Amino acid sequence: MFYDPRISMGMLLTLIGTILTAFGLATRSNADVYAKSMGIDANLWWGLVLLVFGIAALVLGRRGQIKLEKKK
Amino acid sequence: MSNLAATDSLILLIYGFFMLTAGFSLKPAMTSGQQFMQAGRVMPGWLCGMAMLGASLGSQELLGMGAAGARYGLASVGFFALGSIPAMLFAGLYLMPVFYGSNSGAAASPQKQDKFAARSIPEYLGLRFDRKTRALNACMFAAMSAFSAGIALYAMGRVFVALHVLDQAANTLNLSPSRTLLLAMALPAALVLAYVLLGGLGAAMYNQALQFCLIVAGMLPVVLLGLKRIGGWSGLKAAVLPNTLHAGTHSLSAGAVVLAVGAGLVLGGGTWCADFRLLQAAMAAKNVEAARRAPMIAAALRVFVIIVLILPGLIAVDLPTPHTSIVIHNDSGVIYHEITVVPPAVEEGSGLVPAKADADGKPVMDADGHAVLDYAMATPNMLLQFLPAGLLGLGMTALLACLMGGVAAGVTSFSTVFTCDIFQAFLARNTADKRLLAVARWAAVGGMLLAFAAAWAAMRFSSMLDAMLLVFAVVNAPLFAVLMLGAFWKRATGHGAFAGLIAGAAAALLHHGIALPRGEQPGIHGGWIAILHHPASELVLGLGTAMLAFLVSLLVTVVASLLAKPALAEDLKGLVFSPTARPPAIGPWWKRPEAMAAVILSAAIAVSLIFI
Repeated sequence: MFYDPRISMGMLLTLIGTILTAFGLATRSNADVYAKSMGIDANLWWGLVLLVFGIAALVLGRRGQIKLEKKK
Repeated sequence: MSNLAATDSLILLIYGFFMLTAGFSLKPAMTSGQQFMQAGRVMPGWLCGMAMLGASLGSQELLGMGAAGARYGLASVGFFALGSIPAMLFAGLYLMPVFYGSNSGAAASPQKQDKFAARSIPEYLGLRFDRKTRALNACMFAAMSAFSAGIALYAMGRVFVALHVLDQAANTLNLSPSRTLLLAMALPAALVLAYVLLGGLGAAMYNQALQFCLIVAGMLPVVLLGLKRIGGWSGLKAAVLPNTLHAGTHSLSAGAVVLAVGAGLVLGGGTWCADFRLLQAAMAAKNVEAARRAPMIAAALRVFVIIVLILPGLIAVDLPTPHTSIVIHNDSGVIYHEITVVPPAVEEGSGLVPAKADADGKPVMDADGHAVLDYAMATPNMLLQFLPAGLLGLGMTALLACLMGGVAAGVTSFSTVFTCDIFQAFLARNTADKRLLAVARWAAVGGMLLAFAAAWAAMRFSSMLDAMLLVFAVVNAPLFAVLMLGAFWKRATGHGAFAGLIAGAAAALLHHGIALPRGEQPGIHGGWIAILHHPASELVLGLGTAMLAFLVSLLVTVVASLLAKPALAEDLKGLVFSPTARPPAIGPWWKRPEAMAAVILSAAIAVSLIFI
């Protein structure tokens, strides 16, 4: 293995999660944006879910990477 | 909704950046052909499994699953699950030890391993049978992988134009529609080529794993919002019931069931046990245990992915069909008329699945006066319908990731097969490994150019999309038969395999040439020799052709092998599956691959039963 892929997965999900959460917070009171999702602030909630998964993957990935470098 | 919001574009750009990152971080490690073509054989099983799954979820699979959900209802979950998962588990349990090349126990010394370990499926055929079989399969495979990568590029380019991803760029650059489509194909093609050139198979695998994460992250909100809209699980069941009854008018006869099961076995086996585009990821595993785990992990994840990808299509047909409407409302004394204009093709559709439109935008009708539905648009329309700006970008990124993963698998496998099985085997035998690296990179460029040419041709003749199942029947179905005999039957010989491959491909072409689905013109749809019989549909013709090719190939290989002189037992060591030569199982029984396979299979059956 060249590097632990959970690091890049975690980074990608954390980044996207942050963007969605921020965008969701900023557009919270804008009913037009969320007419499609039946009034649910889907950006905020899904952004938070992705943040949780992203950070978990990052933590696991860091551990894996340290192990990998020790082996080398 | 005509343009993407800034947030949507930002998410797309971030993903593009991450894809290139994988290429750049692997670039320093690309010092030899083996590193480039086999990712150095250092990958863990779970990463190989995710990459296999990512490679299999090309754009056609992704849109096809949504389309099948819209067209055939909940039963399609069972078809996709049971059509692929047994084949994947079989590949993991019995085929990977043979293909990976350590069944002989020679893996202990690296020198010996190189002699026995095949780098590609054609190379395995060369070791197991002979050079002519290897050359024949290498050429057929190279043509197929370039062609299908091109078709995938075209199919997805069209969806991207339909989703207006590139409208802004097209407006600024003042592009005509066909140029916009060309741009929609060229941009992803250039990105894929860039990371493949930088990091080879390894970069493609890292990206396919990322792609899996994105599909779940991008599609799950659509499923959740769609389910909420339709009234949860019970609402879905209630809405689906009338539709399934409607579809049930094609009553299933015993013959149809036999055809479906046989076709499922041949399609699943031809894909998961023979297609090097998928198997290359498992063959890059760090050891034989990881290689065996890879298809099984892919199978476990696939059960979940099938549900996430079929449900949007299922929900799409059950929603109300949009119609042109005028809403009049009174705002502090001023009367507003809000007119929502819906194109006629959309109004003729069913739910969110539009009818196919002809060149003037009029809906296409079949002989009975019913609109012909464009099922492939079910999933993209669900994205547009439910995802607000922001999440929409993520959904589009998931679609884009699918396209790239499939195309990358086509390009890397083309590069490996060309380099190992055409260049090194027949053009320049004693090539230094350093030089092979350069050849492999140029082969990747060549593969992408061929794919782009195929995509361009598909743009001119859109009926080429329908040729995919025929290509499968000509290349993969006979190969599956030959590989099965080669891996499990010691008596199979090189002459037999060669004859079997040719006979299977010829039988497929011949059958395609004498049958024409009802209501089609002779040509790419069949019937170009003489029209002798009329299968019920394009799908039945394709499945029948694949099964016939498989059976003919099996029969011819067996007969020709029995006529020829058998190979020496010495030469077959490690290349034919034998239970005795395998290393003894270690660890408790529940950690063994057999137990894992049993658990996954029962989970797949349980899921299919819940949905039917």
